[in-house]
Amino acid sequence: MAANMPAAPPAPQRSLQRSWQRFLASELAHNWRRSASAIAGSIIILGFVVMVTAGPYLTAQNPYDVRQLDIMEAFKPPMWLEGGAFQYILGTDQQGRDVWASIVYGSRISLFIGLAAMLGSVLIGATLGLVAGFYGGRLDAVIMRIADIQLSFPSVLIALVSVGWVVYARTVRGATLREKNREYVQAARVSGLPNHKIILKHVLPNVLTPLIVIATIQVGTFILIEASLSFLGVGVPITQPSLGLLIKNGFDVLFSGLWWISVFPGLFIMLVVFGINLLGDFLRDELNPRLK
Amino acid sequence: MTAQTDAPLLRVRGLKTWFHTFGGVVKAVDGVSFDLSPGKILGIVGESGGGKSMVGFSIMGLVDRPGRIEAGEIIFDGRDLARLDDDAMQAVRGRQIAMIFQDPMTALNPLYTIGNQLEEMLTLHTDLGPQARRARCIEMLAEVGIPQPEARLGAYPHQFSGGMRQRVVIAIAMIAEPRLLIADEPTTALDVTIQAQLLRLMKAQVEQRRTALILITHDLAAVSQMADRIVVLYCGRVVEIGASAALIASPRHPYTRGLLDSIPASHQGRSRLPQIPGTVPDIRKLPPGCSFAPRCPRAAERCRAEVPELTAAAGGSAFACHFPLEASA
Amino acid sequence: MFGHLIKRFIQMIFVLWIVSVLVFVMMSFTGDPTFMMVPLDATDEQIEQARRILGLDQSHLVQYWRFLTNLLQGDFGRSFVFRQPALQLIMERLPATLEIVFLAMIMALVVAIPLGVYAGAYPQRAGSRALMAGSLIGISLPGFWLGMVLIFIFAVKLQMFPSSGRGPTEMIWGMRLSFLSWEGFRHLILPAVTLSVGTLAILMSIIRAEMMEVLRQDYIKFARAKGAANRFVLFKHGLKNALIPLITVFGLMLGDLIAFATLTETIFAWPGIGKLLVDSIYRGDRPVIVVYLMFVAFLFVVVNFLVDVAYALIDPRIKVS
Repeated sequence: MAANMPAAPPAPQRSLQRSWQRFLASELAHNWRRSASAIAGSIIILGFVVMVTAGPYLTAQNPYDVRQLDIMEAFKPPMWLEGGAFQYILGTDQQGRDVWASIVYGSRISLFIGLAAMLGSVLIGATLGLVAGFYGGRLDAVIMRIADIQLSFPSVLIALVSVGWVVYARTVRGATLREKNREYVQAARVSGLPNHKIILKHVLPNVLTPLIVIATIQVGTFILIEASLSFLGVGVPITQPSLGLLIKNGFDVLFSGLWWISVFPGLFIMLVVFGINLLGDFLRDELNPRLK
Repeated sequence: MTAQTDAPLLRVRGLKTWFHTFGGVVKAVDGVSFDLSPGKILGIVGESGGGKSMVGFSIMGLVDRPGRIEAGEIIFDGRDLARLDDDAMQAVRGRQIAMIFQDPMTALNPLYTIGNQLEEMLTLHTDLGPQARRARCIEMLAEVGIPQPEARLGAYPHQFSGGMRQRVVIAIAMIAEPRLLIADEPTTALDVTIQAQLLRLMKAQVEQRRTALILITHDLAAVSQMADRIVVLYCGRVVEIGASAALIASPRHPYTRGLLDSIPASHQGRSRLPQIPGTVPDIRKLPPGCSFAPRCPRAAERCRAEVPELTAAAGGSAFACHFPLEASA
Repeated sequence: MFGHLIKRFIQMIFVLWIVSVLVFVMMSFTGDPTFMMVPLDATDEQIEQARRILGLDQSHLVQYWRFLTNLLQGDFGRSFVFRQPALQLIMERLPATLEIVFLAMIMALVVAIPLGVYAGAYPQRAGSRALMAGSLIGISLPGFWLGMVLIFIFAVKLQMFPSSGRGPTEMIWGMRLSFLSWEGFRHLILPAVTLSVGTLAILMSIIRAEMMEVLRQDYIKFARAKGAANRFVLFKHGLKNALIPLITVFGLMLGDLIAFATLTETIFAWPGIGKLLVDSIYRGDRPVIVVYLMFVAFLFVVVNFLVDVAYALIDPRIKVS
């Protein structure tokens, strides 16, 4: 029967499906299904991502649009408390902004900064680490190029990236040094493959595992650091408050008993970072053979 | 301690130590029985992965999870150790039964001096004062052949060679004068030249004190020179047991024969050293009949279907084989 | 060992020099301090004169040289705001910071060690799982937010502890310390708890992981074979081995602690060096920022040096090599 089937090249759709199926059959997926904390972490992260993408559809108000704010609606407590309104589930702040809407919009900023800082760190750190591990010297030109790139980014991102890349550079460099002397790299060298191809094709895939683990956890760390910087007033601009800045705004009125303005954004940060850490811990345990 | 020579110090009956893992039940020890009298040496031999070490750990009550003593008795001095709780076992460990580990490189805590780790035994099990403890430690180190014992008390394990460390481990095991010593592959991790020295040292130590010794090893040659009786284990089961000389001279089980044949010294002159074909099977997926059948030159249909029972033979020996080798002499 | 110390010392000097360069570059690119010095209605001539006094009319290289030689002579500049030597200002505020940092550290260690040992020794138990979940939450929450929640609950609602400020102090060895009087100690509790939670959570999970690793070693089983009690084995043979990596972590965590202390001091209006830094940033008080950064770098380098020494003291294997 198979003989009269025309030999068609596998559609990309199908190969994608196949690798997804292969993932489902893998040990990682198997253990994921058995781990309550990994599932919980994934659900939290998924919910967060959905919330961030669906953002505007989840809130009645755009907290950045001053025309939609009503100062008469300021200081409303959460809806289950006396004086709360159904319209403002988690209450409103001093300018009449819906706390829930602020959280949804602030999450976008926080997540964007966390992800972007992580990606920047990975890119810079992994590149530096690979190059440093593979070649040794000749770092000068690379570092100068990075300095150029850094100058064109917002300051919080630079601050986070300039701290974050170090971990990757160190980890990747160590792993590269180890891989460099393996037979398969030597064989590739002997066969005349140019260095940059050896690095990308042979070395990089083998140092990816520790990278993924660190990157996952770092998104959470960056969200926390960004919140701290914003709280100190050196973070994101005040017009587009991140979760950290929301807490700061609420701090000013905390002593008058208006707790919900700062408590809910903080709880939210905690939930999200907790989810990220749950998944990150799971990945670390699974992908780190030393612990098995 | 004037035990009758014939009353056994240790009676192990039908010992089963199983591990309950995700992949299935691992029957590391599956029905092992033997006796041991004071002052006697029992050798337990078999290939790696044969469950030898687990016999030792079961007697010590040190089987780690997910392992458990499933069934059987370990009667030591009239008490069944398998039924004792951990607190009661603590009083037995070190004082009554001591153990020597395979790798002296890892058995000593790197952060404490030799003296500290030796003295710990005396603090745990005797009422000696600090002065007396120190004197006893020096004496013991000298006994196991460590030069300048007084100076070495303050040294750390990493300052010793492997052989010296194993001497320290033997000193620790013997210092509280236990009645039973379990040595789990005590010389495997050491150089060949040192192995014989240490075996002699251990033999001298146990003879001097009439300590019973269980020598667990894969080295049948070494055990044949030391032991009074030998137990041969394969996949957690006893395949042959008997007096040392008789078992060596005339093994009844093909596995024992195979082990003997692969000792280099007994094959001088022949061009090739014979070996047992194949490897020890995955203990989770044992064949239905005799575990050794897939590797056995004498195996027949019956071996693949029916587990052979341990059958008693002359001179207090026994073997578990449907088609045993002929008894010579 | 001695040669190693010398090498480390030279490294320390080198690191401090690099920091001085970084601090100088950072300061040179973040605004002109002249306008902090002169009145709002200053003439061009007055401004020019101020620039000369500050040395800003010269090249960056000359400016750096002056900066460096001043540092080496112990001249760290004077605060624009307080009109007193910046170093003196920092030294006055330092005891307040040290007080909450030390108390937080002690609280974290006292709680984290037994709990971490327990969770590492019995990782399957429900109690251990709950501890690890708690530790993960502790790592996941923003410390400054926790401080605010504590203020709201214990200061605003329950009125058990004061919400901010330092309370009465007493002079001991030339330092103003507040933990000696009950009233002063009451002021100390909430900031120290806030600061300790994150540290505690991290320490606990590290101790657990190290214990699990150590307990797998042969010498643990050998110690049990000697007939020692389980708890004795855990603490004598297990914990000491698990503590060695912890010492390194301790040195690295100092940076986090100083950063967290800055936030904590800001929330509780605690007059330590962190609060001084934040205030100085808002006021553009450059000399104080410079000294703060240099001082923290110095602290960091010295602590990591001490960590190295402690390492050699606790681990006999290092002395030889």
